[in-house]
Parts: sequence; structure tokens; C-alpha cells
Amino acid sequence: MDIIKTRKLNLYYGTFQALKGIDMDIAEKEITAFIGPSGCGKSTFLKTLNRMIHMVPGVKITGEVSYRGKDILSNTIDETNLRKNIGMVFQKPNPFPMSIYDNIAYGPKLHGNTNKAQLNDLVEKSLRGAALWDEVKDRLKKSASGLSGGQQQRLCIARALSVSPDVLLMDEPTSALDPASTMKIEELMIELKKDYTVVIVTHNMQQATRISDKTAFFLVGELIEMGKTDDVFSLPKDKRTEDYITGRFG
Amino acid sequence: MKIRVMLEKVMNVILCLSGVTAIAAVFVISLYMLINGVPAIQKVGLVPFLFGQTWRSTGSNPEYGILPFLLTSVYGTFGACLVGVPIGLMTSVFLAKIANSKIAGVVTGAVELLAGIPSVVYGLIGMLVLVPNIRTIFHLKTGTTLFSAIIVLTIMILPSIINVSVTALKAVPKEYEEASYALGATKIETIFKVSIPAAKSGIAAGIVLGIGRAVGEAMAVMMVAGNVANMPSFFKSVTFLTTAIAKEMAYAPNGSLQKQALYSIALVLFIFIMVINMVLNILLKGRKEK
Repeated sequence: MDIIKTRKLNLYYGTFQALKGIDMDIAEKEITAFIGPSGCGKSTFLKTLNRMIHMVPGVKITGEVSYRGKDILSNTIDETNLRKNIGMVFQKPNPFPMSIYDNIAYGPKLHGNTNKAQLNDLVEKSLRGAALWDEVKDRLKKSASGLSGGQQQRLCIARALSVSPDVLLMDEPTSALDPASTMKIEELMIELKKDYTVVIVTHNMQQATRISDKTAFFLVGELIEMGKTDDVFSLPKDKRTEDYITGRFG
Repeated sequence: MKIRVMLEKVMNVILCLSGVTAIAAVFVISLYMLINGVPAIQKVGLVPFLFGQTWRSTGSNPEYGILPFLLTSVYGTFGACLVGVPIGLMTSVFLAKIANSKIAGVVTGAVELLAGIPSVVYGLIGMLVLVPNIRTIFHLKTGTTLFSAIIVLTIMILPSIINVSVTALKAVPKEYEEASYALGATKIETIFKVSIPAAKSGIAAGIVLGIGRAVGEAMAVMMVAGNVANMPSFFKSVTFLTTAIAKEMAYAPNGSLQKQALYSIALVLFIFIMVINMVLNILLKGRKEK
């Protein structure tokens, strides 16, 4: 089933058109990877899906984007609720400068959960979900800045899980990490797809082949090709896709 | 090549000497204050000096108790902070996070102007505008009160708090705020739960500066507080530590106990400010280590 759909999505930064008529369907409980050279619009597209792009001054959007049938470009959408359902993990690990516990409890508290016992459970569940619990369970009250980069990124994933999202958007979540941490997060993502729909932007084509079910290739604001990851990488339909994945440019 | 090596050494010496200047100044001032401040305290006695409720330096039977000044300085500073810190913090949030660049520019200009106004002008305006109005509004015999001084001090500490806090709030990494928005937080929630906590040590530095300014201010306070050595009360004329010195220094005979006692007040003021600085610094560092 398709959980997110876009039709004829155009996006402008001022007069510059960053996205050109994107039609895409994103399937539930799969990993969808966006690949393409820098500046191709893949991150912009990702941020459109939880309206983070609306925070950029001078952005203009036309077309349709729907999440479970709801028009998310509408001005009347409950942005708070949308972002609770569609969580996001950023390129650079960005834990809040507070304790590990408070990092995770932040989201649930925002959405009105103040029950101590429930929060404790949620913190444990979220940290377990991000495969971090065993490493931090003895120092939950310590500052999150003492964690390694890879741990910090898993903490950010746990933080995103804490509000029980439906979809997780990940904007190059491993580009700032070493190979060992990257591997852990990739394993985690495959685990996560049992319960969540995952959309990931990546610069790393091997990563896309390792973890994703579907791959979408972007080039200068256009969606060139999208399909099953195996098909896109073994039998690309478009010459430009083939050139990119074989390393002829990018 | 030799010239460059020489230059390197000379510059090192100059830089080192500049550093020493600051330390030397602090050291010499401390020493001077101690030497001049201690004799009167010895003559009067530490407890009668600090906790004596009467200051009558020119009477035939002089008394030198500075508790009225000490408490007035504490109350005045506390009162100014009670009102000035929230206003200053909210203004900083407005400037750093809410206002568009046009409005922010106008407000920032106004705040800078506020910082540049000489304290005697604050005093003058307080005297001409504030004092008569307070007298009429509250039906008092005189408008020169602790209350008037607190209002003037409140406005005077705003620029210190605002300038430093705005810088601290602007330095909060955008990534923290993005993470908060992505979890469904609103702008106000993000500001109060993420941005302000992340900037707290900078904001606290601004508050310390403000407190320093309020404790040390003499001129403006002297013009609106009435300068009577009363125990502090909201609607009474009072004397601050600073004004107690400034008011009598000019006519106290050299070598008299009165003059020595004024030096002692200065010593108390000096220690008072150092203690406040130290306590706040320890509080801040303690929080940071957590």
C-alpha cells in the first residue's frame, strides 16, 4: 500500500525551481532510497514530506502531496501532528544538549505525556528500538554529548521513535559516521522497516543497494527513474541512471 | 631571519606584560582597599560595622553601622533583577528568534542607545519624571524612594542582559531547533525548551553583568533614592553602598574616622561584588559539568 503520494510537485526557492513535476508513490513498511548527485533536489523533496521545507523563507510549492490520503500542503494541516507521524533524522547527529533520558522524553512530553512511569517505559522502548539501550542504560542521566558520533545518531533515531511515528525520513544519516557505525545503523534500518516506513536520502549507492527495497534517482530537480532497487541497479531504464550508477558522473 | 626571531620574542614579552597589567591592577586595588578599609572596621568592630542599624557619621556621638546601606543595595539589585531579567530575556528572545530583520534592527539600535546613555542622564530623567509622579501616584511625602531607584536600575541593566543574551541565543546551533521542530514542537515550545536551555550559560553571563551594573551604580541612584540612611523600605528614601560613599567623600576630613569608614564601605562593596560573581560562576560551572 502506498502511504505517501506526490503528483506534479513543483518547488521553487524564489525563482529557482528545485523540484520539477515529481510524481511518486512511497510504499508502506519498505525502505525507499533517494539517490542522485548533490543539488539534485532529493533532500528538498524529503523535507517537503514533513513540511520542514516550509520553514525556508521564500519557498513556493505547487502540486499535490498526500500522506494517508490527507493533503499535507494544505494550510489547515496540523503540522505538529504531521511531524509526530512523520519523524526525521538529520545528516549530522543533533542530540539536544541535555541528558540521554531528556533527549528521548522531550517528544512525548511535547505531545502531553507527563506520566513518569510511562515516560520511563517509552525511553527504554525507544532506546531498544534504536539498538542503543544496552550501551547507555547505566548513564541515562548523563549528557548526550558524551556519546560517540554513531551512538549520537542512534540516539537521534531513538528520539524520533519516541513519539511513535509512522514514517521515518532520514537525510543522509550515515554521511558523518565511520564505517562501523554506518553498518550498525544500516542493520538498524532493516530492523526498523518491520514497523516503520523508511525513506532515506543517501550519497552512497552501495548503501542503497544494501538496504533499500525501492530506489529513486533524482537529477537536477527531476525524478528520472524509480523502481525496485535490484531493477534500478541491474537494468536501469534510463541512460542517465545508468551513467550515474556506473560512476560516469556525480 | 634574525629580525623575525627577535620580533617573535619582543611580541611575546609585550603580550605577557599586557596580561600582567590586568592582574597587577586587580592585585594593587585589592591591596589598597584592604589597607584603607580595615582600620575603621577595627576601630568600630566588624559586627557593629556590618550589622549596626544606624549611620551617624557627623554627629557628636558618631555611629558607623552600614546595615541600611548593605540591605538597600541587596534589595535594590534584587528588585531590579526581578523585573529586569524577565523583560531582558523576553526582549532577547524577540530579537534573536521572532522579529524580522527590519524590526530587530530598530529595537537593537534602541537597546544600544540605552546602553550608551550616561548614568547621570538616567538620574536626571528619574528625578524630573519618575520622582514627582511616584510622589503623586502613591501619595507620599517624597518621591525619592527605593522604588524609584529600582525602576531606574531596572532600565539601566536591560542593555547588559539583552546584548549578551541575544548573542547567546543566536549562537544556538540551528540543528537543535530543527530537531525540535521535526518532533512536532511549535516555535514557542522550541524557544523555551531547547533554545533558552542551550543558551543558558550565555544568558547567565548577561545577568551577572546586569547585577554588576546595578550593584555598582552610584550616580543615577543618588539622584532618585533620597540618600537618607534608613533601613530599606519600598517607599522610603534610602542610601545604597555606592551613594553612601559618594555623598560624604567630598567633605569628610582627611584622616578622620568618617573618611576611613567610607573606605571600609568601599571594601564591603568590593567584596560584595566579588562574592556575587564567584557564587554565580560556581553555580554556572556546576551546572555545566552535569
